[in-house]
Amino acid sequence: MKTPFISAVRAIVSKDLRAEWRSRELVSAMSLFALLSVLVFSFALELDKSAREEAISGVLWVSLIFASLLGFNRSLSLEHDQGSLDALLLAPVSRAAIFVGKLLGNCLFTLLVALVLLPLMTALYGVYLLDSWALLTTVVGIFGFSAIGTLLATLVVQTRSREALLPIALLPVCLPFLLTAVRATKGIIGGAPQSEWQVWLQLLAAITVIYLVLCLLLYRFVLEE
Amino acid sequence: MNRRGLIEVQGLSKHFGWRPVLRGLDFLVQRGEFVLLLGANGSGKSTLLRLLCGLSRASSGVIRIGGWSLPEEAQAVRAQIGLLAHRPLLYENLTARENLDFFAALYNMPPAERMRRRDDLLGQVGLAGRADGLVRGFSRGMQQRLSLARALLHRPDLLLLDEPYTGLDSAGCALLDELLAAASKSGCTIIMSTHQLERKPAHANRALILGGGALVYAGQVTGDLADRYRQATASA
Repeated sequence: MKTPFISAVRAIVSKDLRAEWRSRELVSAMSLFALLSVLVFSFALELDKSAREEAISGVLWVSLIFASLLGFNRSLSLEHDQGSLDALLLAPVSRAAIFVGKLLGNCLFTLLVALVLLPLMTALYGVYLLDSWALLTTVVGIFGFSAIGTLLATLVVQTRSREALLPIALLPVCLPFLLTAVRATKGIIGGAPQSEWQVWLQLLAAITVIYLVLCLLLYRFVLEE
Repeated sequence: MNRRGLIEVQGLSKHFGWRPVLRGLDFLVQRGEFVLLLGANGSGKSTLLRLLCGLSRASSGVIRIGGWSLPEEAQAVRAQIGLLAHRPLLYENLTARENLDFFAALYNMPPAERMRRRDDLLGQVGLAGRADGLVRGFSRGMQQRLSLARALLHRPDLLLLDEPYTGLDSAGCALLDELLAAASKSGCTIIMSTHQLERKPAHANRALILGGGALVYAGQVTGDLADRYRQATASA
């Protein structure tokens, strides 16, 4: 008898949140990395104010994607190294429930990093990033690349060189997110008319849905030996 | 239920790349049997257990558990299997109680039964006093005891144990024997791999001996099992 999808997802997410609350390994490492990236970009673009304003949405998304790479890797490594991924696979839960549970955990951790990053960048760059549309774009984008990140991290976690392999596998497939999210965010924070950036946000949402469906379909194959 | 046996294995082979690990295994295990799976290091015991619980795919051959084929119908048999593996299969940043609660939720146990069963098992494995301790602070033996509680939590029909005495002190070994005897008495089918014949449980009634990936003996546990084991592993 299979455990209901929602019960399994809820159990996996609450387990991940509780374990992270105890160790604070993932979010602290991700936040620190993202903060350092933003500071490095801030110093690198110090001399050219217009270039800095142009680059701010790119800096935000590159920092978030790089920080999330650390999180995806660590989240799945913790499952793999103690063998608990095997215990999950032995339980009568669907592979889709395991995927969605891990995805939601990873997504929440990256959203926490974004919550730290957005006010900090607003202060550092002097551009208001806490606009509700910008926040929506951030949530949709993070959810989308967390989906593909969770799938690929599960794929590479069984390899010895997983730390090197995940960026190589993930960054090319993240490009559609990066392109659309950067353009939507840039339009929103730059005060462009809604008709200009709305199409990018819609495209980002469409890409997220397509990736999510693909990941749900592919996840059970990724888990097979 | 399948009239032939709880576990039916025919022509089972497993290769890792070009290297054969298991070669053409055929055997039946009846419901309620306690089977010792013997073999030297690298003889394929762990691989066979992973195949039997559906965590690994056979290169060729057939595995049926309760009439269901693996891995195609693995979903139907997962809830009936408990596995105690080499690694503890636990979460280090959760307490012993939280680990069992998590797995009970995955097995969809009702909340009241979940709490009762969890507390019973923590008591049985001697961890009631450490129920709120984080697993990362546990010794290897304590982790092994908690793993056993996790494997028994959902009252599996089939218990697969991979070198279960690893890390246990003599009290832990006696406790394990006691729990396995109780599980066996309640009708649970047990397959336990070991390479330490001196530690075999008294109530084991059948033995499978693997040598070089092939099944070299399948029969009753008799007084001359040690000799058979030595001969089989020496000739493999």
